[in-house]
Amino acid sequence: MALGIFFNRKRGYFLLRTGRLQPWLFIGPALLLLSFFLVYPSIHTTILSFFGRPYSAGAEGFIGVENYKHFFTDRSMLTAFRNNALWVVIFTTFTVCFGLIFATLLDRVRYEKIIKAIVFIPMAISMVGASVIWKFVYAFRPAGANQVGLLNAIVVFFGGEPVGWLIERPWLNNSCLIIVGIWIWTGFCMVILSAAYKNIPRALMEAARIDGASEWQVFWKVILPILKPTIAVVTTTMIVFVLKIFDIVYVMTNGNFSTEVIANRMYKEMFSFYRYGRASAIAVILLLLIIPVMLFNIRRFREQEAVR
Amino acid sequence: MAGLMRTLSRGPLHVVIIILALAWMLPTAGLLITSFRTPQDVAHSGWWTVFEHPFNFTRYSLENYRAVIEKSGMGQAFLNSLKITIPGTIIPVMLAAFAAYAFAWMKFPGRKTLFLIVVALLVVPLQMTFIPILTIFKQLRLGGTLPGIWLAHTGYGLPLTVYLLHNFIAGLPSELFDSASIDGASSLQVFFRLVLPLSVPAIASVIIFQFLWVWNDLLVALMYLGGTPDVAPVTLKVANLVGSRGQDWELLTAAAFVSMALPLIVFFSLQRYFVRGILAGSVKG
Repeated sequence: MALGIFFNRKRGYFLLRTGRLQPWLFIGPALLLLSFFLVYPSIHTTILSFFGRPYSAGAEGFIGVENYKHFFTDRSMLTAFRNNALWVVIFTTFTVCFGLIFATLLDRVRYEKIIKAIVFIPMAISMVGASVIWKFVYAFRPAGANQVGLLNAIVVFFGGEPVGWLIERPWLNNSCLIIVGIWIWTGFCMVILSAAYKNIPRALMEAARIDGASEWQVFWKVILPILKPTIAVVTTTMIVFVLKIFDIVYVMTNGNFSTEVIANRMYKEMFSFYRYGRASAIAVILLLLIIPVMLFNIRRFREQEAVR
Repeated sequence: MAGLMRTLSRGPLHVVIIILALAWMLPTAGLLITSFRTPQDVAHSGWWTVFEHPFNFTRYSLENYRAVIEKSGMGQAFLNSLKITIPGTIIPVMLAAFAAYAFAWMKFPGRKTLFLIVVALLVVPLQMTFIPILTIFKQLRLGGTLPGIWLAHTGYGLPLTVYLLHNFIAGLPSELFDSASIDGASSLQVFFRLVLPLSVPAIASVIIFQFLWVWNDLLVALMYLGGTPDVAPVTLKVANLVGSRGQDWELLTAAAFVSMALPLIVFFSLQRYFVRGILAGSVKG
């Protein structure tokens, strides 16, 4: 194999030219593993989603869109869809808003760094660890017993009855799960939004203040419009992430008490019921939900890069 | 006078920030304190009651840690996590560096298309892959083995690592490669002597991200190691403990803290790379 390096004048920039085989030696292992772990399974799963139970006795074979139809009639699946919608709306709104609040407020105080570290730490630990932390916060004991969970202790201290935070369905327990997600991911939104905030020219804000604008007006009329593209990217990133949410629900309630989400439903179809066709269809739905958000995200990201 | 007014008017700002920060810290503080309390104390009073006797050290002990590490198998799980995470980080980053270099600086047919396909694979949720891979793993007897999960984490990690490293490596100045060509260096030499040393900052961020991703992963471990406790990582072990010892908070909190220790050390020692790595990795499937 002849090795040589040439300047590629036609392309206008330099490329190594190394014989025909060598590039493939460099990308070969990566391509092989990608084909095996992502490309081939995606195709196979899509095909499986149109079949009954090809892996068990009494194979049902091809059943068309039956698995998909099932989602719009089955109650537990509809619950999962509703909960995922809840996650998308509440989780995304609060992570982005808190991120924005922290980014804006912390810029005005001297102890910015330490507070940022505090808010960002949950990003370092696993969602399993975070779930244990919060399950303890939500711990419930019947009235009269000493509460060991922080939240119920506060409720009882103010004369209330202890609450089964993770049991009261469906609004309270789902909200309590979502709070765990917000606690983890606000730090992420904060860091990105804060970086964008620091890029806003100070003169712009000062000029508005000199013209008599209140801090409130400066935020809405100056800061927010400039941060809009970043907010869009952060928002879509959160949506893509939260559509696939699994760990928190799996550890804290295992989907009981109407807290199931799409990814948990798929896990149950696989390992509790061995309905691979339905599980595959759930995966395909997840992919179809993610693609448009991801495309939007990539486009916005590119526009932003171009501006920089 | 104006300065005083300014400080006073900013009072509410500080109050709001400090309340929010406390709200963020309290849950973790509760976990940490509880993990050092005796089982009787934990069962009968809230963790905040330690502030009535903060320096009464007879009420604290390392017993919970000894219990989870020795009896509940968190020690073994910690070792398993290391055995999964170290190769699960090095292999994908190494392969990605090779591929990123070829995509950025080598000439071959289909270069751009292939690179686009690799990046497009970022949208595939892992759920799309589990059933076919599990079936193949069963046939190849890779299910429940370390090599199986190394390969899985490599496959799942590659789109992002290739993408990130490509962004960096493609940005290296082409004059570097010019002078290398004059010296008659082979592409392997260029890779090891030029590209790798110059990419250290990017590679460090990517390694930290991939390390945390694998260390904190539950889903992939659940799929491919779920039925084999002797190779289960910390995340799986803690999740199982929540199921089996759900009310023994002194054990759960100690176990959770064992699982968090390493990521926290990485966070505090490499904060800058850490933040960069997480930000870069946020688009992962």
